[in-house]
Order: sequence, then structure tokens, then C-alpha cells
Amino acid sequence: MTGSTELHGYLRKDGRKGIRNYVAVCYLVECAHHVARAIANPFEERGVHLIGFGGCYPNAYASRMMKSLCTHPNVGAVLLVSLGCESFDRQSLEQAVRRSGRHVDTLIIQQTGGTRKTIDKGRAWVESTLAAMQSDVRTPMDLRELVVGTVCGGSDTTSGITANPAIGLAFDQLTAQHATAIFEETGELIGCEHIMAQRALTPELADELVAVVVKAAKYYSTLGQGSFALGNAEGGLTTLEEKSMGAYSKSGSSKICGIIKPGDIPPTGGLYLLDVVPDGPVRFGFPNINDNAEIAELIACGSHLILFSTGRGSVVGSALSPVIKICANPQTYRRMTDDMDVNAGRILEGSATLDQVGDEVYDVLMATARGRQTASESLGHQEFVLTYKYFEPSGPSCLPLA
Amino acid sequence: MSELAITDSRLLFLDPRDNVCTAISPIASGVSLPINGKQVVLKKNIPLGFKVAARDIAINETIVKYGVPIGSATQDISPGELVHLHNMKSDYLPTYTLDKEDGHDGQH
Repeated sequence: MTGSTELHGYLRKDGRKGIRNYVAVCYLVECAHHVARAIANPFEERGVHLIGFGGCYPNAYASRMMKSLCTHPNVGAVLLVSLGCESFDRQSLEQAVRRSGRHVDTLIIQQTGGTRKTIDKGRAWVESTLAAMQSDVRTPMDLRELVVGTVCGGSDTTSGITANPAIGLAFDQLTAQHATAIFEETGELIGCEHIMAQRALTPELADELVAVVVKAAKYYSTLGQGSFALGNAEGGLTTLEEKSMGAYSKSGSSKICGIIKPGDIPPTGGLYLLDVVPDGPVRFGFPNINDNAEIAELIACGSHLILFSTGRGSVVGSALSPVIKICANPQTYRRMTDDMDVNAGRILEGSATLDQVGDEVYDVLMATARGRQTASESLGHQEFVLTYKYFEPSGPSCLPLA
Repeated sequence: MSELAITDSRLLFLDPRDNVCTAISPIASGVSLPINGKQVVLKKNIPLGFKVAARDIAINETIVKYGVPIGSATQDISPGELVHLHNMKSDYLPTYTLDKEDGHDGQH
């Protein structure tokens, strides 16, 4: 690796450290979305991000996600915006945030006197909280304390050749230094389950790795959604396992030490698989309705930043954690340069080796962790989505003995 | 990356264990180039991202890309041949069917 690895982070009460110090404004039902957005909007370039849950009816997964996100190390303050009559348990969320040592307040629109009064009150709270956060200091942060997630979106035939294996090399560098790395998309690991199982730290975990992919295959089968489209073959991919291997190569080559579910914080450094496919019978629709649903889950597991591989050219970023775009296709990179952080397509054109691009991905993620803005951050991307889901708690053989 | 015998720069090995390599730019039919130390003449156009056999592969032999099996050969394949739906198939037994609309189950 190249460059200094010295990191600094904002120390939180639970011992984790943040690479950003954001204010999260959270709507607790769609009915409070506009008010929350109006509160956050004037502070868009001052680290105030909008997240929320649109549903009116309770969902344990959504509650857990909101709690994990509101106590994410990149978050220093939280303003909850409630309409007043929705089912979301705002009191326990506020208590959890308060116990975590963060600035927190709840505005209830019906009690505050409607839209205008709540927006005014909310903006005043954000302004004074930002002023209070000016004095927050960063302390030295070890690489062991860094958590990095990876996702791919808008994939094409180049993704599995350039960007994904380059991310895998960066993941290997991270795990070799005991940082935490998380990969996911169990529905796109169909066909890789036995190869992946060979990388399990324990025989019990190997069985669990196979089981989560079998679960994903059943879930997608019930939804009637195939995972290998005609366009894949036209692009040179021949088999489902070949396509899956392209996605799988993001995970690198280190041992897999556990399987986590959305909201679980990895207990140690090393490589983890995030199981994003719900448990039990199919309900509430698609496991992940878009790339940002997966990114939000990676962040809820503590990811400080996200490595995003794209071939066709996705533009999204995320609320709360910076998203680094690794563009697999050199033609896409030339067309959409402003949206990309790394041009992995150089591997196809012979102007860089896979190892060189892997080092570049690592260097860019370290620079981002030290505070440099990513392309999507500088363009103002703060996408966020959270839907209904159902999960059972992770089994004992999924996690390493801490 | 791998230290394999001389191979044309338009072809990429993703792992030293692979028996196929990937075209990193389109290569026209009739071109003569070295693959894994052997000079071969391409019989078909190779589009960007498609697979080319890096050595003799026998029928039923495992196709290896990324250092792992991605299927098996349905016929004998010579070095320099395009490797795709016409000469290899998936070894994965799907629990569901795909691409129904064209009347095939999508599993090649």
C-alpha cells in the first residue's frame, strides 16, 4: 500500500469512531417527510443528512435499522420528526440515541402546531446543534476500527473483470490489517456457495454460508425473478455461476469469519457476509428494491464507507457514509467521469494492472476515511431508502467466538 | 497476476489456474496470436469480454475462470476457440427456471 494510513475519527460513547460528523434528520413516517426535508435542506452542504422510514405500521426490522443508523459512528446528532399518530416507537429510538451520548431531539408536528412551526423549530435546533458540534475533536483511529462495505450496481461484462476483483484486492489489504470488510448480495452468489464455503473460518460457518445462498435461491424463485438475463449471455457471460463469480470477486481471497444480518455490528475485524435476504416465507416484496436499500443495510452494520462497482454507470451516493465509485468500463468512465472516483477500465486498455487499480482503490478509500470528499459526496448525492422486511436473529454458528 | 507463458496482450488471465482467458478488446477472426505460449489463428470474431480457450479442453472437462469452475465443456475445445453457450454449460442445478418467454429454460 502507499501513503500514510494514519486516521482520525470522532469517538462515540460505544467506543466506535466516525470518519464524518453528520446530523441526521429522520422522518418517522412519510407524512413527516416533507417537514424533515425542509428542515435539512438549508444545511445540505453542512453535513446534515435526511433519512427516514415511510411506513405507518410497525416493523421490527425498520426500527432496528433506524436505531443502528441513528447511532452510526458517522452521526453526531439526530433530530426525529414525527407526525404524531404513526406507529413508530419514537420514544425508544430517542432514548437509544440519548444513551449513545449524541445530541437528540424529537419534534411532533401535530403538537408543535403544523408544518411551518415545526420547520422553524427544527432549523433552529439544527443551527444550534451544528454550532455545538464545532468543538467536537477527532482522536487517532486504528485501521482495525474501520468498517468498509461493498456493493455493485449497473453491472456489465466488465464489472467482474476489472472493478470487482480490484475491490477484492483492496478488501484483502484491509482484512490483512484487521479492518472489517463486508460483502453482500446473497442472491448474486448463487452457484458460488460451495467455493465460498471453503473460505469459512469454521465448518459450522461453511454450512451456514451454503444455507444463506440456498435461502436466497428459494426466495427469488418464489418471486419468480431469474438471476440470469438474456443480456448477460449477449455480454459474454455463459453461465449463472460465471456471473455470480464476477460479483463474488469483490470479496477478495481472505477467510470469511462470519455472517451478519442488517443492523448486526461485526464483533471482530475480518471479512463478513451480510445476508440481505429476509427469513421465513416471502412477504413485503423484493428483498432489496434498489442499490440504496443494500447500501443502507451495509451502513446499518457500521460501514464507514462503501466501495461501489459499476459498469453501466450508476450515479448514486448515500446518506451517512461516503460512497466511492469504481467504474469497470472505460467507455462509461469517459462518458461519466465526474461521477466516478476510480477508472478500473484502464485494466482493459492496458494502462494499469489489476494490482495497480487494487492499490488505487485502497488509497482512495484511505483518503476518503481521512476526510476527502468522494465524487458522489461533492455532487450532493444522499440517497436513502428503507422498506419493510422480516429477519430472525443470527444463529450462533454465524459469528466467530469473540 | 499469473506468470503464464506468452499470451497476446488483448487476452487477460484472471487467475493462473484458468483454462480460459478474457478478450479485453474485440479481436477479429483470422488474427494469429500467442495464447499460453502457443500460436493460434482465431476462427471466430471475439467480442469484448468473451472467453477464449487457453489450452486443449476435453469434453466434460471443467471450465475454470477466476480460478474456480464456471461450468463444463460440452465438446472438445482447442486453444483460441471462443468458449460460450455452444460448447459449454452450467454445472449448477437451478431450483427454478429462467428466461421462460423464448421456450427454453435458460439453463445452458
